Amino acid sequence: MYKILAKEELAPRIKKMWVEAPRVARQAKPGHFIIIRLHERGERIPLTIADMDPERGAIMMVFQEMGKTTEELGSYRVGDALADVLGPLGKIVPPRRVGTVLCVGGGVGVAPIYPRARELCQVGNRVVAVVGSRCKDLLIMQKEMEEACHEVHYCTDDGSFGHHGLVTDLLPQLIELERPAEVLAIGPVPMMRAVAQVTRQYNVPTIVSLNAMMVDGTGMCGACRVTVGGEVRFTCVDGPEFDGHQVDFAQLASRLRQFAEEERLALQRYHERKEGCQCQTNG
Amino acid sequence: MPDERVGRRPPGRVEMPKQDPAERRRNFEEVALGLTAEQAAAEAARCLQCKDRPCVSGCPVGVPIPEFIRALREGDVAAAARLIKEKNNLPAICGRVCPQETQCEERCLWAKRGQPIAIGALERYVADWEAEAAGEGDRPGPGPEAAGERSSGGADPEPDSRHRARRETSAAAEPGLAGLAGDSPDLGAGAPAAGRGERPAVAVVGSGPAGLAAAADLARAGYRVTIFESLHAPGGVLRYGIPEFRLPKRILDREIRYVQSLGVRIETNVLVGRTVTLEELFQEGFEAVFIATGAGLPHFLGIPGEHLNGVYSANEFLTRINLMRAYLFPEYDTPIRVGRQVAVIGGGNVAMDAARTALRLGAEEVDVVYRRSRAEMPARREEIENAEEEGIQFHLLANPVEILGDEKGWVRGLVLQRMELGEPDERGRRRPVPVPGSEWTLEVETVVVAIGQGPNPLLVQSTPGLAATPQGQIIVQSGSAQTSLPGVFAGGDIVTGAATVILAMGAGKAAAAEIDRYLRAKKEASAGAG
Ligand SMILES: Cc1cc2nc3c(=O)[nH]c(=O)nc-3n(C[C@H](O)[C@H](O)[C@H](O)COP(=O)(O)OP(=O)(O)OC[C@H]3O[C@@H](n4cnc5c(N)ncnc54)[C@H](O)[C@@H]3O)c2cc1C
Ligand SMILES: Cc1cc2nc3c(=O)[nH]c(=O)nc-3n(C[C@H](O)[C@H](O)[C@H](O)COP(=O)(O)OP(=O)(O)OC[C@H]3O[C@@H](n4cnc5c(N)ncnc54)[C@H](O)[C@@H]3O)c2cc1C
Ligand code: SF4
Ligand code: FES
Repeated sequence: MYKILAKEELAPRIKKMWVEAPRVARQAKPGHFIIIRLHERGERIPLTIADMDPERGAIMMVFQEMGKTTEELGSYRVGDALADVLGPLGKIVPPRRVGTVLCVGGGVGVAPIYPRARELCQVGNRVVAVVGSRCKDLLIMQKEMEEACHEVHYCTDDGSFGHHGLVTDLLPQLIELERPAEVLAIGPVPMMRAVAQVTRQYNVPTIVSLNAMMVDGTGMCGACRVTVGGEVRFTCVDGPEFDGHQVDFAQLASRLRQFAEEERLALQRYHERKEGCQCQTNG
Repeated sequence: MPDERVGRRPPGRVEMPKQDPAERRRNFEEVALGLTAEQAAAEAARCLQCKDRPCVSGCPVGVPIPEFIRALREGDVAAAARLIKEKNNLPAICGRVCPQETQCEERCLWAKRGQPIAIGALERYVADWEAEAAGEGDRPGPGPEAAGERSSGGADPEPDSRHRARRETSAAAEPGLAGLAGDSPDLGAGAPAAGRGERPAVAVVGSGPAGLAAAADLARAGYRVTIFESLHAPGGVLRYGIPEFRLPKRILDREIRYVQSLGVRIETNVLVGRTVTLEELFQEGFEAVFIATGAGLPHFLGIPGEHLNGVYSANEFLTRINLMRAYLFPEYDTPIRVGRQVAVIGGGNVAMDAARTALRLGAEEVDVVYRRSRAEMPARREEIENAEEEGIQFHLLANPVEILGDEKGWVRGLVLQRMELGEPDERGRRRPVPVPGSEWTLEVETVVVAIGQGPNPLLVQSTPGLAATPQGQIIVQSGSAQTSLPGVFAGGDIVTGAATVILAMGAGKAAAAEIDRYLRAKKEASAGAG
């Protein structure tokens, strides 16, 4: 069992947890992810390793409550344990010194951007971040990002903080100004697609981190297959980072909707059960 | 003359009772029900006790077939069980899933009369009897989950300090499950027989039949064995691939508990190559490693439409259902969606399992699409018959060329092309060739691709110096399990490509013997040197 060591609410429905997983912590690098399963009846879901502490044998994850599993995870408390944690998973491209890197993080995508930005900085790059969210309250890890990057720009959909609008509004001028050697974009699929569209016009190589649906996370099922440059790739072992200019985003978005009905049902049932038994404690 | 002997006894092979097809096509309970004591006795009585043991020559691991049948005939089922277990660690499983019709039973003297002794059924009878006698019969086992010990992240790097006591008694003789689940108190902490430095530690990567068999034999030989498994539950294909109605999970759990009772530790959630490298296993103190990672990489057809919603690899389909229990959604969290009409592409056991599973999940019509003819279908005959009885349709000599989607990105049809059998290929199978202009469309909402699996390249890629074929199979020395790296052995599907449970198990046993020789030689060499 993998014990929860610390928990913090970063924003409404966005939580951060440190979990004990010594083997994973020892090997984890920025960009890696894990597959977790809460309990015997749970499903396996992927979450990025947002930070790691090999000494304490712990890893950190930041997650948004999207559906049944993430909501249930959000109800777990310090001292509770996850049934399973598998990792670190994914293929890692070690950070290189390329000059300036523009990191674009949307929503909870800021969490996986953070360790990447930090290490890109450590190897000697200038790192400029653009962080977007729906509103000011949903901005997360502001302090961490500001420490890790040379510059952070903010955008909110409702204008409650920073630029009023989308991250892609800021991109053209930042690209002209900073002349980045590379763009790294992590966030919702429409955001990553839009970023890739802009950077293609400027010919800036762009890495995106795909959140395809997964089951095993080891290359065994093919649920996570995506088309990149016309070829079938498995996100869990060949990715999750791919060349954003080559990814078939429409296919990814469509495949992510595959179980929308079942997901709704699972969440609804979870809410009914929770309401039905108020006395029950979680975990 | 053997044929005269055949003439002396009436034929009449006892057929194993099965659930009625009309019933079973809607439930996940085991299809074949097992022999009764009377049936087993009657079948055992038919055996001719041939001196030249033709049946044994057909068994990849050399189970002493006439001998165990004689013990059975004499009413000593326990002795029969012991005899089988000398050669086969997993009789309850092999009795259910081995292709006996192309192995022992094909060579049986009675096969000439079309009535071979039901060796598989007898093997299963003996194994189930033994479990029953030990009080482990039909009592539901623990979930798959309870069988493995979770990786706590290898909090202590010394394998021996977490080693569990070897037990003299077999688990089968132990009524309870106590002590076999991961976090039970008698694990790790100061187990009496686990004296340090007693015997070297061996790591086994993968908990399928090859890994389980090797681990069991190594533990019996006194080694301290840890199996590392990437999934959250042990068993390999037996867990995630072969469905409940063919191999109930409680049977698998029972066999795994037996292996654990020998002192084998199973650490789940460890993907070797990522969670820990092969090299680090040696640093952790393991002196030899056996790689038994199977052939788990799904192949796709490479035709248009394969990424539509409603297209699954057989591995995804079966894993969702068997490992994640999606058939119990929403009681279990993992979803699966099966349309009214389902097409399964392929002609092997995997295709039969996927097709019959789809039926049990409520599909109204399930079509198996295979590009050759029935004679070339690699699936077990029994499973093809079972599938037919349950109402699965077969489209033979049909090749999928495209999957059609609707405007929402879901499957709506499968375009097939008629094939003809042409010249034989290098394996002697007649090669199918397309008939131009013969396309037609099957209206389906779900497509399961079951055209085979290859080896997962992950471990090889992360292990410098580990030689593999261009297809990713680990290369071993001929007649051996020795890989290109010292102290590293491999066997099962990762070496042979997708094969059978019994071959994988046999490879595991052979590797265990070889690892034992290797470690003895190493010890002698170091004793000589020191
Ligand atoms: C490599 C990778 C890293 C990720 N890292 C993070 C992270 O750090 N923080 C975070 O909040 N989220 C992350 N995600 C997404 C996260 O896995 C999903 O939000 C989660 O699975 C939703 O599960 P649910 O039951 O709560 O919601 P559901 O109701 O199941 O689904 C809600 C949404 O999540 C998607 N989803 C459902 N199941 C899966 C699955 N098995 N795998 C991927 N997506 C799924 C669905 O398409 C849907 O849009 C990551 C995904 C991937 C592939
Ligand atoms: C659906 C299906 C039905 C079948 N039906 C039959 C049948 O009826 N009769 C028959 O004889 N054969 C059948 N087979 C074939 C048979 O199951 C296999 O040949 C056999 O299981 C191979 O055993 P193995 O131990 O080599 O590998 P597997 O059973 O594949 O086990 C390998 C294990 O290693 C784990 N693993 C992989 N990589 C790593 C890693 N890097 N680190 C840690 N763990 C890892 C995997 O998760 C898996 O648990 C069937 C196969 C399938 C898929
Ligand atoms: S099982 Fe068949 S071949 Fe084997 S000893 Fe009996 S009759 Fe002879
Ligand atoms: S999640 Fe199964 S292959 Fe990637």
